Amino acid sequence: MAIDKFLIEASHIMMFARSIGDPNPIYYDEDYANSTDCEGIIAPPTFAQSSAQFDPNYFLRPKIGGEGWFGSGKEATGMKPSKSEGSGGGGGSAAAGLHAEQHFEYHLPLKAGDVLRATTKPGKSWEKESKRAGKLKFSESVTEYRNQDGELVITATGVGVQTERPVDS
Amino acid sequence: MLKKSEIKIGDSHKETLVEDLKRTQIVQYAGSSGDYNPLHTDEVFTTKIAGYPSVFAHGMLTMGMTGKMITNYVGDGTLKKYGVRFTSQVWPGDTLESEAKIVDIREENGENLVDLEIVTTNQDGVAVITGSATAKIDS
Repeated sequence: MAIDKFLIEASHIMMFARSIGDPNPIYYDEDYANSTDCEGIIAPPTFAQSSAQFDPNYFLRPKIGGEGWFGSGKEATGMKPSKSEGSGGGGGSAAAGLHAEQHFEYHLPLKAGDVLRATTKPGKSWEKESKRAGKLKFSESVTEYRNQDGELVITATGVGVQTERPVDS
Repeated sequence: MLKKSEIKIGDSHKETLVEDLKRTQIVQYAGSSGDYNPLHTDEVFTTKIAGYPSVFAHGMLTMGMTGKMITNYVGDGTLKKYGVRFTSQVWPGDTLESEAKIVDIREENGENLVDLEIVTTNQDGVAVITGSATAKIDS
């Protein structure tokens, strides 16, 4: 899958930083950010994950109108998540499973105003037995984010796991 | 940015990431990240269909909060690598602490770098994230 246009916008960065509880002004105060070595508003280290917003068919976002959504309305629908076009969002959340690992490599700073293009390729896959959740099926996906000049900005590797049963806590 | 002359292997930095994690913060993260998996916000689905005791936080929310601790320590825009393994779930009401420990100080391609070992633990001392990070430092 690919995301053609992942707009890196200051207001989205501000909301993302709030959601992870980070009050650092580098994420919302342009005057402050301009005065630092970063020379402007930058994105937090895990921001690339929010590229899911720019994936038109992201399977973990309800379609407009809610049709086919597996979350509950008045009651649970009993539907299973469709994982057919599971894009892995911003570099590999698990398709209909849990997120086991996430790795980022930063090649260039990610700045407000950048426009990224993301391409994802499957990586390795493997299986393991666990006491807490039965048979585990791991699969890796690797997403490359390139900027408007075609330069590689971030490489994100996600590992998803499908469990035989819910994980005992 | 950390200075090579002011740090040594074994140095560490610790922060409380969140106290009594609110369900609403998990909703906020769903909205900002675009990951609307009902496992994180929909108690009916999560308990009745998926079979978990309650909704739980996105792993990426914990990784994001842990990232705040790291950038507070190493400075903004200095990270070269950041990776984690999600080792246990984070539930509403959890209080998380996170620590970065310097495991190496080195040079690569003319850049001065620091390698960190990262662990975030809950109020019971259980690791919810373990990982590593590499950041640029001043000579």
